[in-house]
Amino acid sequence: MSGADLEKLIQLLAKLPGLGPRSARRAALTLLKKREQLMTPLGEAIQAAAASVQDCSVCGNLDTVDPCAVCNDKARDSHTICVVEDVGDLWALERSGAFRGRYHVLGGTLSALDGISPDDLRIASLVRRAHDDGVREIILATSATVEGQATAHYVTDRLASTGVAVSRLGHGVPIGGELDYLDDGTLTAALKSRKTL
Amino acid sequence: MLTGANGAGKTNLLEALSLLSPGRGLRGARLAELVRIGSDAPWGVAATLVRGDATHELGTGSDPANSERRLARIDGAAARATDLGSELAMLWLTPQMDRLFAEGASARRRFFDRLVLGLDPTHGTRSNRYERALRQRARLLQEGRPDPAWLDGLEREMAETGVAIAAARRAYLERLVAALALGNDAFPRPAIAVSGLVEEMLGRASALQAEDEFRQRLAAGRGADIAAGGTAIVGPHKSDVIVVHEAKDMLAERCSTGEQKALLISLILAASQLTGAERGATPVLLLDEVAAHLDPDRRLALYGALEALGGQFWLTGTEPGPFQPLLEKAQFFDVRDASVSRL
Repeated sequence: MSGADLEKLIQLLAKLPGLGPRSARRAALTLLKKREQLMTPLGEAIQAAAASVQDCSVCGNLDTVDPCAVCNDKARDSHTICVVEDVGDLWALERSGAFRGRYHVLGGTLSALDGISPDDLRIASLVRRAHDDGVREIILATSATVEGQATAHYVTDRLASTGVAVSRLGHGVPIGGELDYLDDGTLTAALKSRKTL
Repeated sequence: MLTGANGAGKTNLLEALSLLSPGRGLRGARLAELVRIGSDAPWGVAATLVRGDATHELGTGSDPANSERRLARIDGAAARATDLGSELAMLWLTPQMDRLFAEGASARRRFFDRLVLGLDPTHGTRSNRYERALRQRARLLQEGRPDPAWLDGLEREMAETGVAIAAARRAYLERLVAALALGNDAFPRPAIAVSGLVEEMLGRASALQAEDEFRQRLAAGRGADIAAGGTAIVGPHKSDVIVVHEAKDMLAERCSTGEQKALLISLILAASQLTGAERGATPVLLLDEVAAHLDPDRRLALYGALEALGGQFWLTGTEPGPFQPLLEKAQFFDVRDASVSRL
């Protein structure tokens, strides 16, 4: 491998989240030391994934089949759709095992500052899904950032005409959290989203 | 005590320390301006914080991979810059602040918010959220095809965080006024008030009512905000802090330069006393060229007040003369050509 190839590899690795120039150099060295066990299989896996993984045309999840395995799973509850920002959030919810319904991946959040408008997100297809028979509840699981909350409000407004119940994740006291240590904003959010027992 | 000629690097040292608290430090500099001129090497500041038996390692600096980003570490673990405020309260007084009462409202508001932050470290997070929603809304209005539902969402966010900011200011003001009442007789007592739409709403309605009212004001004001360039013309980002020399019943901006400085010192001392009493640790005070405008009596009174507060104070001056009364009580350092040596 010539110096130019190596440099290109390092530059590409450095574009991955969590890797800076220094860690990219380390990763490139590790790959080169383990050509057979790691580098070649990784290259093949990357090529295979690039060729076969696609966006699910129903929910926006990533999978090798379309519709994705979650949308195809007849055992899952088709009455409930959980709306997330990105596929990473879908994976986090799947890891928790707490949700057995369907998903809808928006593909980001509304941000005027970054030029992301409703047309750039999968909002229109969510409204179409909500009109389908059988959908009874839509759970908004966007993050508690300014953009996440503004997006949740926007989506709620767009779903108002569908008659489907819209809920959002609770905000407030973390599991194992002591009230004394919570900031005022979190406490206020927790009070607002309190539940009758 | 840091002494040295003009341009020796005394204020630089204080600025480095000030970066161990959230925000832009005592010059209000942008990250790119903190780099050594003519160099693109990253910068960093680290300190060991000793309080009683507990020791904490604090560090902050620019991200080597992205000079526009600031990193923070607490005890070796990555933290947000706003988290530094939970570990260490810090206040400062610089010659630039001599014009605080004569300048526009934004400098006074920032000064007051920094005082609030000393007692309530979450005030910074709240302000960042508000600022972000404000900017998102302004951009939408500027673009000329504002989507009402999108604006509703942002205004809801602005109302929630805006009322929380105003409530934190009001709560702080009440305690500061109480602390000022116990103030030092050597310095004039300031009467202080926060004037702003949302602060006034909270004076006559509950927080939830104020949220509704502020949100309605924002929705009704979209047209006027577009005409004004996009940024909302009302809200806690427009509030002002009014300071009056109580004994003279005179607005601070009309007082002499020396009296204005003395009023500022009163405020800083009362705020330090308040934070010390409530958080159990007096803020670290960075006092740049503070002795310059004070007559000898007030200088002595200041030293006495600092001693009574019992925290850590960093003072700078061009010559050691005015600091003579502190000879037995402080460590003296000479700053020359950007290096520091113990005197």
